[in-house]
Amino acid sequence: MFACNANRDGDDFMKPGPSALEVRGLTKRFDRPAIDALDLTVRAGEFYALVGPNGAGKTTTLRMVAGLLRPDAGSVGIFGIDALREPVAAKQVMAWVSDEPMIYDKLTPLEYLEFVAGLWGIEPRISQACAHELLGSLGLAPNLSERCEGFSKGMRQKVALAGALVHDPRLIILDEPLTGLDAVSARHVKGLLGERVRAGCTVIMTTHILEVAERMADRIGVIASGKLVAEGTLTELRQQNGRTNTSLEDLFIALVDVKADAA
Amino acid sequence: MSSVTALSWFARHELKLAWRDWLAMMTGGRRGRKRTAVVGLILFAAVMHLPAWAVTGRFANLQAPLDISSLIVMTATIFLAWALMLSQAIESVTRVFYARADLDLIMSSPAKLANIFSIRIAAIALVVTGMALLFSTPFVDVLVLGGGARWFSAFGVVIAVGISAAALAIAVTIALFRLIGPARTRLVAQVLAAIIGAGFVIALQIAAILSYGTLSRFAVLTSDAAAAYAPGADSIVWWPARAVLGDTEALLLLLSASLLLLGVVMAIFSPRFADTALSAAAQGAPRRWIRGANAFRGGSRQQAMGRKEFVLLRRDPWLISQTLMQLLYLVPPAVLLWRSFSDRSAAIMLVTPVIVMAAGQLAGGLAWLTISGEDAADLVATAPLSRSRVIRAKIEVVLIAIGVIFAPLVMALVLAAPLQAAVTACGIMIGAACATAIQLWFRVQAKRSQFRRRQTSSRLATFAEAFSSIGWAGTSVLALSVPSAAVISALMTTAIVAVTWKLSPRRE
Repeated sequence: MFACNANRDGDDFMKPGPSALEVRGLTKRFDRPAIDALDLTVRAGEFYALVGPNGAGKTTTLRMVAGLLRPDAGSVGIFGIDALREPVAAKQVMAWVSDEPMIYDKLTPLEYLEFVAGLWGIEPRISQACAHELLGSLGLAPNLSERCEGFSKGMRQKVALAGALVHDPRLIILDEPLTGLDAVSARHVKGLLGERVRAGCTVIMTTHILEVAERMADRIGVIASGKLVAEGTLTELRQQNGRTNTSLEDLFIALVDVKADAA
Repeated sequence: MSSVTALSWFARHELKLAWRDWLAMMTGGRRGRKRTAVVGLILFAAVMHLPAWAVTGRFANLQAPLDISSLIVMTATIFLAWALMLSQAIESVTRVFYARADLDLIMSSPAKLANIFSIRIAAIALVVTGMALLFSTPFVDVLVLGGGARWFSAFGVVIAVGISAAALAIAVTIALFRLIGPARTRLVAQVLAAIIGAGFVIALQIAAILSYGTLSRFAVLTSDAAAAYAPGADSIVWWPARAVLGDTEALLLLLSASLLLLGVVMAIFSPRFADTALSAAAQGAPRRWIRGANAFRGGSRQQAMGRKEFVLLRRDPWLISQTLMQLLYLVPPAVLLWRSFSDRSAAIMLVTPVIVMAAGQLAGGLAWLTISGEDAADLVATAPLSRSRVIRAKIEVVLIAIGVIFAPLVMALVLAAPLQAAVTACGIMIGAACATAIQLWFRVQAKRSQFRRRQTSSRLATFAEAFSSIGWAGTSVLALSVPSAAVISALMTTAIVAVTWKLSPRRE
């Protein structure tokens, strides 16, 4: 099992503590309300999937949590740290991976990971071993010293993911991480994320692939028109909607259709 | 659709793409600014008549036959314009090969590729010639107003020069593909474009310095030596100059020759254009392996940021070609410095403004690349590092790079003229700092690959950066010659920078 303990304070990590993410009254308007007084809690050590139709506000929510977008109102707490007041402390314990991998074409995967580890202040001795292990587990060992400019989107996504993991974050936020990955790569990534959660890390992920959410997530949040319309385990979601033995896809369509009708 | 209709349709499509490409460049990619761009262009063309009058107004009454010195000056000027157009055309051809996203579509279509690419080659020639006409119109207008309708023939020469430059650019680029492969062609073509654009002027300046100790390129062209080596008045070499002066026969021959050249290039290269474009697309980005130790280095977070910036700057082909261009312009003052070392000539003073100006311009480009051109903006924004520390690390990189590039020149100047070296060093530091500050105030989130279009994101920043560099260059030379005037010049330049800051977008 893969485990880089680069950014952890010994045994404290495994102790029960505050929620990994606590969002209260989060609001963002562009030309129309994008996120409308959203409340969201993700427990530490949980795999949380955020699903919703296009334009529902999933990415906007996560970008505000990651500090990439300033909310108009509300609060964001990450492991008890007020992310709006202490952004640097909050960023130290989390990682963000977007659907469009943003890496440097002119750097090699190793150089990219060295840079990321340097930004997070990780000891080079630890980060170097971790980088080799991560890139190897993602199937990038033959490309360690090759510039990223010739990489496919899937390879770039893997490099970005390795960058997110190399500083051993306590909270990983991923926006559509499986976009553009082939089946083998997607299984690698899912396996890696599963290992991380088993090691105590918290993962929040948006996805349009409902089977992934169904199979991997401890809890699922359904967001539509900037509001959380349903939340819980798959069983809880079924119970809430009075549909037993139904797939997440059927549930999702029913929930989103109801929301659209109400709007 | 008949093949003729299909070709005319494709020609319209090509011209529409070229127009939108130009419009996007003029408007910074913002929609709804078409009218502003067109009005701006007309105003620009109108205003350009003033400098055109200053430069060419006195030549309006020139009559054929010209003496040999005038023929040399005119022919060299036309050759310079041709070199600049060739440089621009190489850029355009490389862009078509690498940047157009429609090659897959075209090559998977049932259209005859040789015909399609013939039109694409013709469109490149048309765009290059159109741009040349646009910039030359004020100068020709001034000549027509002052010297009569015979000067209209100068437009014909511009067209001939534009067509031949485009034809040669296509031939050169495809030849490069064949010789060194698509992977290296992009960089080599960019460097070549930079060298061709600046090379001719610089070569003349160096020759002038070596012969006469002056930066004026006309010194060589009007010298007795040049006249002695020049061919006779009937030579083909003087056709362009004679055509400009209204010699219809020479003009028709020039136009025919350039069209013939374009036709030959289309006939030879159109069938190969598809293969060439396929090679470029297949290669995409070359696979480059970095040799050496892979040991991670320690240090602070800012140091990690700085290291990354230095590596990216070192590996940036755009920056290499731009820097090479700036450094090429420094060659003549360096030669002047070397020549003046022994005799303490007053001409050495000319070195200072050139160096200060180059430092300001280079710092502006470097600052855009490091501050605005951040390919992993999300990564840097989510890193546990305050924005101010990120910015500080990036600014340090710019200033260190400027220091490394210009320190040897200043050190050489210390040996020749210590006071001037001190003034030059101050000018470099202030000019670079101001250019960096302007790029910081007008920073945008962009990809490094958008470097070529950095000027379009803010016209105000572009002009402010240019005026600041010119201002500090002027202040430096005045500090050495008329110190009291330098104070006024410094105050004016400071005012320009202050107003730019005041007009910059407010940030949190």
